[in-house]
Amino acid sequence: MRAVDALMACLKAEGVDVVFGLPGGANLPTYDAFVDAGIRHILVRHEAGGGHAAEGYAKATGKVGVAFATSGPGATNLITPICDAMMDSVPVVFITGQVRTELLGTDGFQEADTIGITMPVVKHSFMIQHPQELPRAIHEAFHIARSGRPGPVLVDIPQDLSRAEIDYEPVGDVRLPGYQPRVEGNQKQIRQAAKALAAAQRPVIYAGGGVVNANGSEELIEFATSDRFPVTCTLMGLGAFPAPHAQWLGMLGMHGTRAANYAMDEADLICAVGARFDDRITGKLSEFAPRAKFIHIDVDPAEISKNVPAHIPIVGDAKHVLAKLVVEYRATGADPARLNAWWTRIEGWREKYPLGYEDSTDSEIKPQYMIKALFEATGGEAIVTSDVGQHQMWAAQYYDFPAPRRWINSGGLGTMGFGLPAAMGAAVGCSDRLVCCIAGDGSVQMNAQELATCAQNNIPIKVFIMNNGYLGMVRQWQELFWDGRYSHVDMGQFPDFVKLAEAYGVTGMRLEDKGTLVEDFKRAIATDGPVLVDVRVTREENTYPMIPAGQPAREMVG
Amino acid sequence: MGEPGTKEPLSLEELEAATNLRTGRKHVLSILVENKSGVLTRIAGLFARRGFNIDTLTVGPTDDEAVSRVTLTVDGAVHPIDQVTKQLHKLVNVLKIRDLEPGDTVSRELALFKVAADGVQRGELLQIAEIFRGKVVDVTKRAIIIEVTGTTEKIAAFETMVRPFGLIEMMRTGEIAISRGRTET
Ligand SMILES: Cc1ncc(C[n+]2csc(CCOP(=O)(O)OP(=O)(O)O)c2C)c(N)n1
Ligand SMILES: [Mg+2]
Repeated sequence: MRAVDALMACLKAEGVDVVFGLPGGANLPTYDAFVDAGIRHILVRHEAGGGHAAEGYAKATGKVGVAFATSGPGATNLITPICDAMMDSVPVVFITGQVRTELLGTDGFQEADTIGITMPVVKHSFMIQHPQELPRAIHEAFHIARSGRPGPVLVDIPQDLSRAEIDYEPVGDVRLPGYQPRVEGNQKQIRQAAKALAAAQRPVIYAGGGVVNANGSEELIEFATSDRFPVTCTLMGLGAFPAPHAQWLGMLGMHGTRAANYAMDEADLICAVGARFDDRITGKLSEFAPRAKFIHIDVDPAEISKNVPAHIPIVGDAKHVLAKLVVEYRATGADPARLNAWWTRIEGWREKYPLGYEDSTDSEIKPQYMIKALFEATGGEAIVTSDVGQHQMWAAQYYDFPAPRRWINSGGLGTMGFGLPAAMGAAVGCSDRLVCCIAGDGSVQMNAQELATCAQNNIPIKVFIMNNGYLGMVRQWQELFWDGRYSHVDMGQFPDFVKLAEAYGVTGMRLEDKGTLVEDFKRAIATDGPVLVDVRVTREENTYPMIPAGQPAREMVG
Repeated sequence: MGEPGTKEPLSLEELEAATNLRTGRKHVLSILVENKSGVLTRIAGLFARRGFNIDTLTVGPTDDEAVSRVTLTVDGAVHPIDQVTKQLHKLVNVLKIRDLEPGDTVSRELALFKVAADGVQRGELLQIAEIFRGKVVDVTKRAIIIEVTGTTEKIAAFETMVRPFGLIEMMRTGEIAISRGRTET
C-alpha cells in the first residue's frame, strides 16, 4: 500500500478520532488517503487555528491531538501552536508535507526547512527519509508526545515518499533507547518528603499543570486532605484542586490572591508538584519564599532545581508520586493541630484581602462581573477556554473551576488568538459538554476565521468576547508603568462582531446590560450551534491584585 | 523499602538544597548519540538557546555503527553542569552521558602548528618540538608543520612556546576522553 495509507492505519491504531488540517501541494497524497480512511478530518481556515484546535482537543480529552499542514507556508503557520504546545506541555502530533526529496535544499517551490525551523520548539521531530520508516515514526511520535512530560512532536514527510508503495506491517512496539521517562518516583525520597511535611509548621502545596497532565487530581486532593495542607495552583493547574474547598487559597503568582502569595512568602516548606517556578510565579527570584525549603516533584528532571534549588527532588509524575506520598505521610502520624496557627494566619489574609472589585452603580458591565455571571449561567460546569490578556486573568480569578481539564488557556507562551480554535477542538473532543470561550476583543481577531469552521461543522462553541475596545493588558501596563502614555492600544469599536458572526453563519449577540446578563448568557448557551457574544464592558478597568514584574510577592498592589 | 512510613522525626533545618549548580571547573562530557541525521544540530541548538557555551566539540564513530560519540567540554564555572546534562538527556537521540571525572580520565587532543622557519631559529624550534614530543610532519623552506598530541594544557603550553617564532596557523581537534580502567566510558 502507499505510505500515506499506512499513515492512516497508524492513526487509527493510535485511536485518533479527529484530525484538524488544511491541504496543499506537498500533502496531496495524504489528503487523497483521507478520502477512504474513515478518519474524521476538520478543514480549518488557517493552520494556526488547526494547531490550537488540536491543543484544545488534547487538553480537554487528555488524548493526543493531531494537526496536518502542507509544506512551506502551511508548516510555518503551525509554528505558534507548536511553540505553545511546547511551553504548556500539550501532547500534539503535527504532520507536515514536504517538497519532493529531489528538491530538498534547492529552495524549491514551497520549501521551508520545517525540521530546522521547529527544532527549538518541539519535544522531538522526525524527518522521513525512507517511506518504509513512516509507520514506526508515527507510533514513536505518539508515544513521545503523550508520555513523560507531554509535548509537541512533528513528522515531516516529503511528497514523493508519502505516495511510495511500502510493505506495511502494523508496528507493535517503539524502539527509543534514549527516551525512558521515569514516572514512579524514588521511594526513599518520597519518604523523606513525608517526614519533612510532618515536620513543617507552615506548609503549602503549590500545584501546576503537571498534575492535570498526569491525571493526578484525585491523588492531589487525597494528599492535601490527608492533613489540612493549604493548596494553591498555577494558572495552568487551575481545576486540579477544586476551587470551592476549605483548603483552597486561590491561584498564586502575578495576578494571584494575596492569601496564596503571602502563604508562599511565609511558608517553611513548599511542596511543588508539576510546577516549574516560572517568573510569573516567583517574581523577584532572590526574594521568593525566603523561609522555605522545597520538595519538587516533576516528571521532567530538568525542571528540578532549574530556577529554585530543591531540597528534596523527586522525579516522577504527580499521579504516581502523590499516591505514594500520601501513604508515607499518613504513616508519620503527624499532628494536624500543629497547623492551627498557620491557618489562623491564612484566614486573616483571606478575610482582609478577598478578591474584589467595585461594581457599577448603573447598568454597566464590569469585566469581573461578566465572569461571575458566566459562572452562574453555566453552573460552573463548562469547559472554558480563553485568550490572553486581562480577560484571561479575570477568568482565572473569578470562574471557580471545580475539576481538571475544564480550564484551557495559553499560559507559557501567552498566545493571543488561542481561545477560539482551542474551544473548537475541545468541543469536538467533548461533544457532550458545554464549551465556552472567554475571548478578548483583540485576541479573538487573531483566529476569528475559525468561526467558518464552526459554522460549517456545527461545532456549538459559545464565544463571549470581553469587549473593552483595548488591548487591555498592554493598556494597563502603559497606565501603571509607563506614565499613562497610551501607545497603540486603542482598537475603537471595530469590527462589528455581531455582523462578523452573521457573515460567518454564526449567531451573533450584543450585550450591554448588567441587569439581564445572567439570563442573556443562558439564552446564548441555549441557542443551537456556534454563538458569538459581544459583551461590552468597562473600558479602562485594571486587573488586580498584581505583583509588578520582577518584584517580590510582598509588593503586591491593588 | 518494605513497610511504608516512619515516625523518625526530621528537622527542616537539616535539609540542604542542591548546591552543585556551579562547579567552577572544566567538564568533559562524553555523550553517546544515535547516529541519525540532525543529532548534532539538536545538541548545538540546545546549547545556543539555553545560553551554554561549548568550549570544544568532537564527533566520531564508535565500534557500533548505529552510535556516535560526542565529546564536548563546558566551563562549569559559568554554566550549571547539572542543568546542561539534564537538558541534553531530554534529547530523544541522546543515549548516555558521562560527566568524566578528571582523575579517572585520559584525555587527548591533537594539534597541528604551522610555524615560520626561514631564519636561524629552525634548530631551536625543532628542539622545542622534541621536548613536547611533537612530530615534524612537513618541512618547506619557509615553514614547518609540527604535530602535537596531548592534554589541552600541553598543547596550550606548546603554543606559548612557538608563538614567538611566528605562528602562521594552528588547528586543534578538540578533546576526546576515555575513562581509565576496565569500565566503559
Ligand atoms: C500574539 C500576541 N501578540 C501580542 C501579545 C501581547 N499582548 C498581551 S495581552 C495583549 C492584549 C490583548 O488584548 P485583548 O485580547 O483585547 O484582551 P484584554 O487584555 O483587553 O482583555 C497583548 C497585545 C500577545 N500576548 N500575543
Ligand atoms: Mg480587549
